[in-house]
Amino acid sequence: MTKRSGILALPLMLWLVWFLVMPIAFVLIYSLLQRGSYGEIIWTLTFDNYLRALDPLYFQIFVKSLLLTSLTTILCLALGLPLAYTIATAAKRWRPLLISLLMLPFLTNFIVRVYAIRLILGGEGPINAVLVASGLVSNPVIMTDSLFAVAVGMLANYLPFMTLPIYVVLEKMDFSLLEAAADLGARRLVVLTRVILPISMPGIMSGTLLVFVPVLGEYMIPDLLGGAKTMLLGNLITEQFLKVRDWPFGAALAMLLILVMLASFALQRLIGGKGGRLVHP
Amino acid sequence: MSIREENPRPRPHVTAYIVTVGAYALLLLPLLAVLSYSFMEPVVGAGATTWRLSLVWYDRLFHNEAIAKTLVTSLQVASCATLVATFIGVAGAIALERGNFPGRRLLVTLTMVPLVMPELVMGLASLIWFSLQGLELGIHTLIMGHATFALAYVITIVRARLANFDGSLEEAAADLGATPGVVFRKITLPIIAPAVGAGAMMAFTLSFDDFLISFFTAGVDSDTLPMRLYSMIRFGLNREIYALSSMLILVTTLGIVVSYRLRRV
Repeated sequence: MTKRSGILALPLMLWLVWFLVMPIAFVLIYSLLQRGSYGEIIWTLTFDNYLRALDPLYFQIFVKSLLLTSLTTILCLALGLPLAYTIATAAKRWRPLLISLLMLPFLTNFIVRVYAIRLILGGEGPINAVLVASGLVSNPVIMTDSLFAVAVGMLANYLPFMTLPIYVVLEKMDFSLLEAAADLGARRLVVLTRVILPISMPGIMSGTLLVFVPVLGEYMIPDLLGGAKTMLLGNLITEQFLKVRDWPFGAALAMLLILVMLASFALQRLIGGKGGRLVHP
Repeated sequence: MSIREENPRPRPHVTAYIVTVGAYALLLLPLLAVLSYSFMEPVVGAGATTWRLSLVWYDRLFHNEAIAKTLVTSLQVASCATLVATFIGVAGAIALERGNFPGRRLLVTLTMVPLVMPELVMGLASLIWFSLQGLELGIHTLIMGHATFALAYVITIVRARLANFDGSLEEAAADLGATPGVVFRKITLPIIAPAVGAGAMMAFTLSFDDFLISFFTAGVDSDTLPMRLYSMIRFGLNREIYALSSMLILVTTLGIVVSYRLRRV
């Protein structure tokens, strides 16, 4: 079987080299090239694109994106942990339903989900309908086109990515540990920080990876919920490719994204050992 | 799932319940809102706007030829990408799970890359690569881009299934004189069939839903349905969006249900 198996892997290997390795290698190469005045590529090596990324104009976008991504990750964890715990302690026959409900938006078309958030927060949405009908406000409060809307969108879209890996760990947890801790006099908060949190750690780390990196590179949510004023890393990169046509600079910014991704994986390896298995549908 | 009865689990603190209700509301209410708005038509009267039940958005949607065209593109791309990803992916999964050849570990890592790499990077990397070769962007570049990330999911799902069965059945058959082709047809394929179906279904759904990679690799005349949806949202209020979104929610839900049924087999 062994020899034959190598042959079976050949198409896969060729495909991945041609459509994955080569493209990514050329992102690196392009980031070291120059852009001509008509958007064409000039094949001379330069670090200018990286230096330009450190220009305060662009660097503040990077910092803002990092801050928003961190906030999103923390919020996802703050909601995801209790949520995963509640599902894990629910009666066994209810768990599949609860998980399916969690997965439904997770696998619904992404644009539809973002649009749905825009509808909820917008002037025509149900929140405003209630506010206006109750007489609390006279005109609808438009909550879209703001960083707030972006944060809500990020949270709503990435919460399942944090919750599922934590749930996978907690579902298998030995719950008698909690009784033991309580019998030994641990208060609820101590049980949480000394028992539940450490046990959930592999799930938390998988979840953090699944949330942090994609959120940092998010394009759609800032674009549809942030309005014209909100520029985040994902939009900046996309603009370089599809509007400004400065591919080398866009490639350098994309390399920053790849570096953050590699760094978070290295960090997970470093503190978590094996860490949690990446969990996906 | 273990068969044995499980000890009763502790009840969570009331805060956990509150968070849970809030989280489900955040996840599900927006989708419910879209569904309900798709059946409502505003009636502009003398006073405030009132709403009435109506199928007008669905009616307009079904008569929108631009959308029908992008739907055809999406279906073509998703079918071809699924076909490519399933063939290469199933062969690859068998090789990775059962074989032992030089470079196997590296290949395992490579197949994971599309699962963790931001879609944006996958999209722009493909754009750079295709334009470097002077390829004109169109349906074929969409298929190549989609098949690459769909592969990762097919392989993960099929490998998980293969890992649950050790290779002893296949070895036994081979020892008894079955040719590799017969072993595959009579043993391996029946074992992995549900996973292949689930993987293909997943590949199709992901390709059909993809926006960002298409955004980068689509040509002038090869907009997909999600791209069309995006430009409808981006450029002006158009209530057909509610109807289209609702249809997509239903289709995806159906796809997921089928995919899960297949994997339970």
